Amino acid sequence: MWARRRFLGAVGGLAAAGGLSGCGTAVGQGLTGAEGPRSELAFWHPFTGGDGAQLAAMERPYRRRHPGVRLKPTTMVWGSPYYTKLTLATLSKRPPQVAITHLSRLPTLAASGLLRGITERELAEHGMSPGHFRTSAFRTAHHGGMLYAVPLDTHPFVLYYRTDVAKKAGLLGSDGELADIDGPEKYVDALRAAKEATGAWGASVASVKDPATCWRLFWSLYRQLGAELVADGGRRVVMDTGAAEEVLAYIRRLAVEKLVPPAADGNGGAITLLTSGKAGFLMDGEWQLLAVRGAVGGKFDMRPFPRIFHDGPYACAADSHAFILPKAGSVHAQRAGQALDFVRSMLGSSLDWAKGGHIPAWQPTARSAAYRRLKPQSHYAAAADGAAYDPAAWYAGADSNLYRKFGDVITSVLGGHLRPEPGAARMREGLRELARTEAPV
Amino acid sequence: MSAASGAAPNSQADVGGSGGDGPGAGGAVRARGSRHGRWTAPGMLLPFGVFYVVFLLGPLVYTAVAGFFGGSLVKGGLGRWVGLKNYREALGSADFWSSLGHTFYFTLLTTVPLVLIALVLALLADRFARGRWFFRLAFFAPFMLPSAVISLLFMWIFADEIGLAQGVVKWFGVETPPSWLGDPDWAMISVAAATVWWTVGFNFVLYLAALQEIPAEVHEAAAMDGAGPWQRLRLVVVPMLGRATTLVAVLQLVASLKVFDQIYMMTSGGPDDSTRPSLLYIYQTGFTDGRTGYASTVSLLLFVVILLVSLVWFAMVRRTEKGS
Repeated sequence: MWARRRFLGAVGGLAAAGGLSGCGTAVGQGLTGAEGPRSELAFWHPFTGGDGAQLAAMERPYRRRHPGVRLKPTTMVWGSPYYTKLTLATLSKRPPQVAITHLSRLPTLAASGLLRGITERELAEHGMSPGHFRTSAFRTAHHGGMLYAVPLDTHPFVLYYRTDVAKKAGLLGSDGELADIDGPEKYVDALRAAKEATGAWGASVASVKDPATCWRLFWSLYRQLGAELVADGGRRVVMDTGAAEEVLAYIRRLAVEKLVPPAADGNGGAITLLTSGKAGFLMDGEWQLLAVRGAVGGKFDMRPFPRIFHDGPYACAADSHAFILPKAGSVHAQRAGQALDFVRSMLGSSLDWAKGGHIPAWQPTARSAAYRRLKPQSHYAAAADGAAYDPAAWYAGADSNLYRKFGDVITSVLGGHLRPEPGAARMREGLRELARTEAPV
Repeated sequence: MSAASGAAPNSQADVGGSGGDGPGAGGAVRARGSRHGRWTAPGMLLPFGVFYVVFLLGPLVYTAVAGFFGGSLVKGGLGRWVGLKNYREALGSADFWSSLGHTFYFTLLTTVPLVLIALVLALLADRFARGRWFFRLAFFAPFMLPSAVISLLFMWIFADEIGLAQGVVKWFGVETPPSWLGDPDWAMISVAAATVWWTVGFNFVLYLAALQEIPAEVHEAAAMDGAGPWQRLRLVVVPMLGRATTLVAVLQLVASLKVFDQIYMMTSGGPDDSTRPSLLYIYQTGFTDGRTGYASTVSLLLFVVILLVSLVWFAMVRRTEKGS
């Protein structure tokens, strides 16, 4: 009996000792809320694609320069799951020291008090100043007058095209560049010529199971009409239903004239149409660059999304990746200095980031000769000037409910299941419903 | 839920029984035994009990409570008390009802074929005296694949322009095949078809086991009484599979009402929300919108619906069993 008790006691003691020593491990920290060793720098990001490999290359110089810091990068799946984990980790006081966000998600994160603000003095201490960043991205990194993020890039919706198809279709100018395709009629003419050259489609765009791409197509055209969507942080709907109708009608026209497939899969299907030569153009984000290059090599080029409408300034849907410092429980757990040091080092490797397709926000790189030599990256770099960010509202932003609601309508209109007029009405109704719903922030 | 709550009293009875009815021995020993026995049963139950409270009862109670608050994913705690506002919103929301409708549609599309096809496959496989293991393995194999693998497989099969399914239909002479996952009329049917292929093996194995329980004498007796093969199947085999059918149907019903994985991966509820089941609606309101209070309310409502459906089903089955 006593022997057994002693035995049990010993086991309990061992378990307790193991638990204490477990503080050093991630599980131990998760259970106890310990801040982890000071030498550790946790970094969360959602780059599972080709850009993830670029990011790993950018971490290398930092590791070399800071052998004393144990950098712990964690890759998670893009979208809502990523933001859920980031939010819950921050709420429960176990956030990473530094993380990536889309600037379109910043209003929600910042308004919820999940982020640590960054002062200009702190930036300066780590060798950064507002002038180092693309103005539009740096402005969008603010919330309520406070800087909450350090922009890494601008990633717009662009136009890919097969140079062989364009040549066959007679769309290339004498300089080997794509001829003027701006304007509603000129663009349709170009797609028609490409369709004749491919014998299948003029262009492809991921319209099925890809509300994000649908949204980007819509938002680019809608902003080119100079129209606004919401005001007051999303509480007031100022949607221009007529403009939305015009955009939807144009999108539908592309399918009716059989220039764009009425349903192309978001899971690689749309890209495959381009890479297999069944479409001459692809409307997609620049981050598909590595995937497209991997499939067709040098037989393609890229340019900014065409200017279809002239009612507003040039616009193409865009977002930015940016570094944030999730609010930690203590100064030691925050390690803001170390985090900003890391951010500065990553920005210094912006050229590697640009190789993955993204347009660097770090101007010393964006203006460098080395970046200008990068092709096709430099061919669409101008798109960043027309970057149209998502409206600031809790229900908007990367992988949001707004994407889903609008994406559904766009998919249905393109596929011919819904006419543009009721489509636009449904968009407005969906938007009003979201605006009416009490904000969770 | 129902399976777990059923298991707890059973295990208590078993453990308590063996403690009390120990092998006969002297009074002193028995006294010590019963003193031990007093703690043996609860002690053995404790690990499961703790697990049950922490991971099942606790969250259930928390969900019920959270449903009365306007909780948010981006803030800690329960949030502000809103009373029945969430319930009013859910019951008045077209999205809630449509997602519930999709859940039932999916259940109908999967449960019926999953029971019938499993039965047919089991009857066929049962005919093989030799090589039965092969069919058992072949039909059961898909069930062992994780939902992510199935979803990826069928996303390629159902893909537009480049997918196998469209190619096959074209080969049969259909000029413009439907966009299997992109057409609101076809998407749920496509997902259901993939699900049937994936999970039919489980029901098949249950049926096969039940078939092997039917004694050969019954077959012989029926044959001697002049019953033909069809009559034997219809009047002898199928009725004798009654209990297996009940089990298969109930398990399938609950599994289908809880559908999430494959739809989340294959269509994300689209196109146009035409494949969004209740669980995905809960996920979207809770995690995409961050409205955890409202999502708790909808979760509880779905829980009640599944509970009611299961109870009604059990009542119906019990009545027919008593009747026969």
